[in-house]
Amino acid sequence: MTGYILRRLLAMPFLILGIITLTFALTSVTRGDPLAGIISDRQMTNPEVVAAAKARWGLDKSLPERYVTYLGNLMSGDMGTSFITRRPVAQDVMARLPATLELVTAAMIFGAGAGITLGVVAAVWRNTIVDHLARLLALIGASIPVFWMGLALLYLFSVQWGVLPGPGRLDPRATTPPQVTGFMTLDTLIAGDLRLFGNALYHLLLPAGVLGWSVAGTISRLVRANMIEILHREFITTARAKGAGELRVVLRHALRNTLVPTLTVIGYSFAYLLTGAVLTETIFSWPGMGSYAVSAARGLDYPAIIGVTIVGGVIFLITNLVTDIAYVIANPRVRPG
Amino acid sequence: MSHTPLFEVSDLRVSFGRGAAAREAVRGLSLSLAAGEVLGIVGESGSGKSLAMLSALGLNPEGSEVRGSVRFQGREIAELPRAALQKIRGAQIGMVFQDPLSSLNPVMRVGAQIMEALYLHNPRLTRREAEERATELFERVAIAQARDRLRAFPHEFSGGMRQRVMIAMAIANTPALLIADEPTTALDVTVQAQIMEMLSDLQKRLNLGLVLITHDLGVLAGYADRVAVVYAGQVVEQAPVHALFARPAHPYTRGLMAASADLSQPGEALYSIPGTPPPAGPLPPGCPFAPRCDRAGAICRETPPPLRRAPDGAAEARCHFAWQDGECR
Repeated sequence: MTGYILRRLLAMPFLILGIITLTFALTSVTRGDPLAGIISDRQMTNPEVVAAAKARWGLDKSLPERYVTYLGNLMSGDMGTSFITRRPVAQDVMARLPATLELVTAAMIFGAGAGITLGVVAAVWRNTIVDHLARLLALIGASIPVFWMGLALLYLFSVQWGVLPGPGRLDPRATTPPQVTGFMTLDTLIAGDLRLFGNALYHLLLPAGVLGWSVAGTISRLVRANMIEILHREFITTARAKGAGELRVVLRHALRNTLVPTLTVIGYSFAYLLTGAVLTETIFSWPGMGSYAVSAARGLDYPAIIGVTIVGGVIFLITNLVTDIAYVIANPRVRPG
Repeated sequence: MSHTPLFEVSDLRVSFGRGAAAREAVRGLSLSLAAGEVLGIVGESGSGKSLAMLSALGLNPEGSEVRGSVRFQGREIAELPRAALQKIRGAQIGMVFQDPLSSLNPVMRVGAQIMEALYLHNPRLTRREAEERATELFERVAIAQARDRLRAFPHEFSGGMRQRVMIAMAIANTPALLIADEPTTALDVTVQAQIMEMLSDLQKRLNLGLVLITHDLGVLAGYADRVAVVYAGQVVEQAPVHALFARPAHPYTRGLMAASADLSQPGEALYSIPGTPPPAGPLPPGCPFAPRCDRAGAICRETPPPLRRAPDGAAEARCHFAWQDGECR
């Protein structure tokens, strides 16, 4: 087990290098002049200014040169300077990453929780009204785009009914707690302010719910199908023959076996949620990586684009690793020696 | 056997589907078992023998309906609410199934599965006591290094070992009745005998009533006291084991015997009964075995055979020609 994790960890640097190389190659084939984001249109006609800007930002160098320089800088944690914010990309990303991770984690918990619950309920009461309702909920979540759902629910719950707060991570009048983890829910707890914690949770509810709903559908369908299959296995009859009640049969015997294949999908949906976070953050004014990525892409801010892509890729790799380890733990049959 | 039988099934019917579309698979099966007795139930796959036993304990598959009477220790259990039946299952009635690999939960340690059987019927058992008891059970079914093996997962065991785990689980709460559904069919031939020996030994020591479901008459010859032959969801012949082998009354029983491998005559093609058992649903009039029977006469295709009793009263068979010398061998 330890050997397996170690082998996987050793492979990580190579995978990260692959991500960096690929990202670099992709930015080199994109159309559009990054200078447009650095200097004004009027200055573009001035060859001297253009040359100076190119030299200042290293755009006069060839792609391989830039690649090597970038790698060298990255070793010391330097991801370059954003064309737009004029701050180090690493600093920008680190300031925004926790907000995204908090949103995605909350969405994951909600999505997996709701998905598993819906799936189990639908499987146990299959072909009844409960099953049809669960299917409808899953379909809505999976087929309505996050940005539309976000806007619609924001309008209904916040503007129309006023039961949920508007955009943002905290009430505008609230004082932000000192940043420790960057997770608003954790920081408010560390600050010992339970009311503020409640407020942060309250603000997290709608964006995380909307985002999580988008994966809950897929998860619930998968759980339902697996669960039905598992409930027909012989060991379920054995459990009943032992005198186990239905609740115990479902939760202790069937669910545990259902979760083994479901774990992989939950892991992959984390990556899907990271992508979905871009749109959700824009709608809910969430100061995370998503909104940063959007402005970087709009302004052809190459250092920021590459930085965000690499960080996103690394998160994806880590998620994959955690998923695989969880799979091995949950499924004793594939446990390596 | 004039006293109350341990387990008595009367006119058990299991059907799939509802109303006019209902198709019967078990068609009025009746049998009884005394305490400490070994009753063999034999029949081809699809004869309804396993379905009948599962249904008697309320473990019938989804979408099926069970009617009839099931009495355990004199108490009617067919109509019991689910919770009351759960108290009996696993406590007074244990079950062992055919394939121990698929019958054990693959993601639970075997010890946990045994201890679950204990906890379910003794909620106040402490962890230590349960572990102690599980170790004893493992020793009882001859699993070496019992305490360590409790922590293993089912896939870490061989087939025979897994079936020992199943048996340990079935007898965990010292039941009065054990229903073993083809307990050796999925195992290697060499292991089959060991498992049967062990089952038989446990049966004697714990004075278990044992229902041994099998399609192998040979197994029954060595271990059963009485045999019930099931065809098309009915008992077509029931007799003490020696009487059955000495003088089988039903042509189906004779067919099963002829189909058993006889190693004393190598080179001979194995006999098989032509045709297949009828599927669930309505049967043609007359004897359900008539289409496959080489002795069937006109009456067999028209009138369902009555249950005939042997002259000595110990055996019965559902055949027009049973015990009528001349007509039937």
